[in-house]
Amino acid sequence: MSVLRLELDAIAIAYGAMQVLEDISLTVQSGEFVSILGPSGAGKSTLFRILTGAASSQSGEIRFDGRPISTQDRPFAFMPQRDALMPWRRIIDNCTLGLEVQGMSRRDARAKVAPLLAEFGLVGFERHYPAALSGGMRQRAALLRTVVQERPMLLLDEPFGALDALTRSRMQAWLETMWENHSWTALLVTHDVREAVMLSDRIYILSPRPARIVREISIDLPRPRLADHAIRAKAAAIEADILDTLFSFQEEPTP
Amino acid sequence: MAFDAQSRRGTPLSRHVCRHLPAIGAIAAIFVLWEAYVRLSGISATALPSPSDVVEQAWINRDALWRNTLPTLAATLAGFGCSLIVAFALSIVVDFSPLLRRALFPVFIASQTLPLVAIAPLVVLWFGFGLLPKILLVALVTFFPMLVALVEGYAATEREIEELLASMGASGTRRFVTARLPSALPYFFAGLRISVTYAVVGAIFAEYAGAVSGLGIYILTAKNNFRPDLVLAAVLVSSLLTLALFGATILLQRIVMPWASPAKEIRP
Ligand SMILES: Nc1ncnc2c1ncn2[C@@H]1O[C@H](COP(=O)(O)OP(=O)(O)OP(=O)(O)O)[C@@H](O)[C@H]1O
Ligand SMILES: [Mg+2]
Repeated sequence: MSVLRLELDAIAIAYGAMQVLEDISLTVQSGEFVSILGPSGAGKSTLFRILTGAASSQSGEIRFDGRPISTQDRPFAFMPQRDALMPWRRIIDNCTLGLEVQGMSRRDARAKVAPLLAEFGLVGFERHYPAALSGGMRQRAALLRTVVQERPMLLLDEPFGALDALTRSRMQAWLETMWENHSWTALLVTHDVREAVMLSDRIYILSPRPARIVREISIDLPRPRLADHAIRAKAAAIEADILDTLFSFQEEPTP
Repeated sequence: MAFDAQSRRGTPLSRHVCRHLPAIGAIAAIFVLWEAYVRLSGISATALPSPSDVVEQAWINRDALWRNTLPTLAATLAGFGCSLIVAFALSIVVDFSPLLRRALFPVFIASQTLPLVAIAPLVVLWFGFGLLPKILLVALVTFFPMLVALVEGYAATEREIEELLASMGASGTRRFVTARLPSALPYFFAGLRISVTYAVVGAIFAEYAGAVSGLGIYILTAKNNFRPDLVLAAVLVSSLLTLALFGATILLQRIVMPWASPAKEIRP
C-alpha cells in the first residue's frame, strides 16, 4: 500500500521568452525514491526551484499529501546542486543551519547533529571549515544538513555531480545504505543514468528544453543493488535502454 | 628548495620578513638612490634634503611631531568610525529597499565629485578649527568607498545559499544576517584597506585648511618656514601612520574571518 505524497500536474515555466518547463506531471509515493533524468539545461534545477518556492510556475498545480502546496509550509528539505556550504561556518554549524532556522537553539541543534556525524563520515571534522574538506566530505555534510531537518521529503539536486567517478560510486553505495535504514521519501535530480538506476524505485526522463516527461520507468530490482553482481548486470541492460532514449534526443544548440 | 626548508624551520617573524623581503628591498633601494642623488648632485638642502637629514630632523623634532600626530590620528579614527557606522546603516537600508537605492546612490556619487580643495576650507569656515570639521571631511572621503564595498559584498552572496535558506523558511532578516553579511566581509575588508589610506590623507588635508594642531598644520608651518626636511619628516610620520592602520585592518580581518586565513587547515 503506497500513499501519494507529491503530485505535480502540468507544471510550466518560462524565463523571459525561453520556455524551460513545458508540461511536467509526476508523482512521488510515500517512502519512494524517484529520480528525474534529463539532459543538461533541461530545467531540472528549475523544477526544484519551483518546488522550494524560489521560482513560481506559470501554470499547473503542485499538491502535497493531497493539498495544494501554497496552503502549507514547504515540506521539503532541499540539497542544492552545488553544496552551498557557508565557508564562514564550521562543518557542525553548516549542518545545524536548517534546525537553527526552524528556531532550535544552536546548542540543541548541535546535540541533535552530533550523533549523526559518524554515519556521515564526518567525525573529527566538525570543527573544520568547509574549505578544509574533500569534495566527498562536503557533499556528505550538505546531505547531513538536509536530512537532519526531518522534513517529510528530500529534494536532492545532483548530490554527487561534482565528484570524481570513484568517490561518486562510493557515495552512491553509501546513500543506498542510508536509504535502506531511513526510508526517506526523495526526489533526486541527476544526469548520471547509473546513479538513477541504482538508487531509484522509479525514473522520469525529461526531454531537452522545453522539457516534458518523455518516459517513466519502474526499476523493480531488489535492494541493495550496488553490492550485488547479478543485479548490477541486470541494471546495465536498463541503463543501456535509458541511454538510448537520451541519445535519441536531437543535439540542440545551447544558447 | 633552500628557501622552503629555511622558512619551515624559521620562526613566524622571520617567515614574515622573508615574505616581505622584496617590498623592504624596493623601499631601501629608493632611499639609497635618493641619498646618493642628493650627495652627488650637491643640490641644496632647502630644495631637497637627503633621507638621512629627514630622519635626523624627525628624531630631533620627535616631541613636536608626536604632539601633532595625535590630533591627526584622532581625526582619522573618529571620522573613519563615523563613516563606517553611517555606511553600514545605509548599506542595510539600501540592500532592503531597491527604491531607496535608486534614490540615494546618485546623491552619494555626487558627494564624491566635490573637490576636497574647495570643500575643506568651507567646512572649516562652518565648523571652526576643532575636531568636528576634520571628522566630517574624513567621513566624506571614506564613506562612499565603504558603502560601495558593502553593497557589492551583499550582492556577491551565492544565489544557491540564499535559495537554500529560503527553502528552509528563513526570513529576510535571517537571510541577511546568516548569508549576505558574512558574504560581504571580504569586500568590506578590501574597502577598509583602501579607505583607511584615504582617511589619513583626508585628515591631513582638513588640517591643512585650518587647524590648531595636527600633521597637516605642521606641514603647512614647515613649508612656510622653508623647512622641506620637516615637511618630509611629517610625511614620513603620516606614511608610518597609514601603514600601521593598514596593518591593523589586516590583523582585524584575520581575527574576524578565520576561515579565510591561510592556516585554516592546520588550525581547525
Ligand atoms: N534565474 C534564471 N534566469 C534566466 N534563465 C535561467 C535562470 N535559471 C536557469 N535559467 C535557464 O533555464 C534553463 C534550465 O536551467 P536549469 O538550471 O534548470 O537546468 P538543469 O536541467 O538543472 O541543468 P544542469 O543539469 O546542467 O544542472 C537553462 O537554459 C538556464 O540557462
Ligand atoms: Mg541543475
